[in-house]
Amino acid sequence: MLADIRLVAAKDLRIEFRSRVTVSQVIPFAGLVLVLFGFALDANRPVLETATSGLFWVTVMFVATMAVQRSTAIETSDGARRALLLAGVEPAAVFVGKLIAVAVQLLLVELVLVAGVVVLYDARIESWGLLVSTCVVATIGIAAAGSVLGALVAGVRARETVLPILLLPILAPVLIGATRAFDDALGSVAVDGWAWLGLLAGFGVINVVLGALAYGVLLEET
Amino acid sequence: MTQPIAPQAADQGSADAPASTGSRATMGLGLVVLVGVVAVVLLGFFGAPEDDQQRDAVRMIFVHVPSALLTYVAFATTALGSVMWLWKRSVWWDIVAHSAAEIGVMFCGLTLVTGSIWGRPTWNTYWDWGDVRLVTTLILFLIMVGYLSVRSMGDDDATATRASIIGLIAAVNLPIVNRSVEWWFDRTLHQKSSLTDGNLEDLTLFTLVLGIVVWGLFFTWAMIHRFRIGWLERELRSGDLHEAIAARRAEALIDGHFQSGASS
Repeated sequence: MLADIRLVAAKDLRIEFRSRVTVSQVIPFAGLVLVLFGFALDANRPVLETATSGLFWVTVMFVATMAVQRSTAIETSDGARRALLLAGVEPAAVFVGKLIAVAVQLLLVELVLVAGVVVLYDARIESWGLLVSTCVVATIGIAAAGSVLGALVAGVRARETVLPILLLPILAPVLIGATRAFDDALGSVAVDGWAWLGLLAGFGVINVVLGALAYGVLLEET
Repeated sequence: MTQPIAPQAADQGSADAPASTGSRATMGLGLVVLVGVVAVVLLGFFGAPEDDQQRDAVRMIFVHVPSALLTYVAFATTALGSVMWLWKRSVWWDIVAHSAAEIGVMFCGLTLVTGSIWGRPTWNTYWDWGDVRLVTTLILFLIMVGYLSVRSMGDDDATATRASIIGLIAAVNLPIVNRSVEWWFDRTLHQKSSLTDGNLEDLTLFTLVLGIVVWGLFFTWAMIHRFRIGWLERELRSGDLHEAIAARRAEALIDGHFQSGASS
């Protein structure tokens, strides 16, 4: 199981590393969104500072839909899904492997985004521990929900448009929770960020379990 | 390629496909609903007294509360139908899940619209982000619209499986959506349950209960019709396939005769 997970995750990451999509397209896109928010809010420093956490996570949500699309596209082209099944890899392992690959890419983007909000929005980080834990825990939840929905829409017509419709409402608790936790980490609003981290962890656990259970059915029947 | 399963084959023990979506019983039920709607409208506008604080706006609860209740009933039915499809591969339950989702989205939309209209005179705003039930209901609405859009992308067994998993994901994530919104502002404008707080006048309460009963009957009536449409659609699809196979076979036979005639 563990070996399978490593194989799938390494395969996806290797494809990403070689195609350089994350570095050459996704990261610039994320930076672009940050700049666009600056324009939309009229480069108003106080407004940007208060809204930083929310803008950060909205950007992550956009990037997540792109990352999941990519992750799905890898399996749909050349009938790779069938090949994965025929290779006798445990579906749950495929799910966790793909989840890890998406999460690693998202974390990389988040790293750049943190630097972006510090430079562009003048954000000051007060609690690195909370910031990093929020990124890791929220990202696992996003990648879990994203991977299972990605597999779900893989065979659907117009999957590029269906995926965000399905994924974004389900990620609503992550957006709320991660934004609040970030508010605490950046010291912009006095809230208990660690309590929100608990909610994010709950979301992550539920969606990892759900995904691991549903992935086999999705892989074999759709 | 997956071959569509005929409903009878997949779900033995069910009744044969109905020839139309109407029957004497549904017509009777429909008439009862119509009479009930007229009664609720008359009682709601002329019978029930206006509220001390909410004035005439209180009359909105005769539509709003029943719609909200039926939304939950409908989506719970969808979740149950999704489980039964994944577990038993029951076509019957799959059609029930799809039907309930469609009707549930309608009720959910009605709940949001009537709630907003009621909120304007009562809370002085159409929408309040701090209200847990409001925001949770909107997210539920959006998730179920996604469910229906996946349903509209196909009508085979794979689509049923996809939709069932979305139904389950929605059901499982809903409590956490609710919890997150609750913590988010930690306040609510929403009044406590209208039915149990005991402040309602007798006739208002009667009209509200009547509204719930009528809406419940309407839901049943709509479900029966929608289910029958779903069933007929499935029959049509499997019928089409059988006809196509028969036509192809007949073609092959003619070709065969022609070829044997030409060679002799």
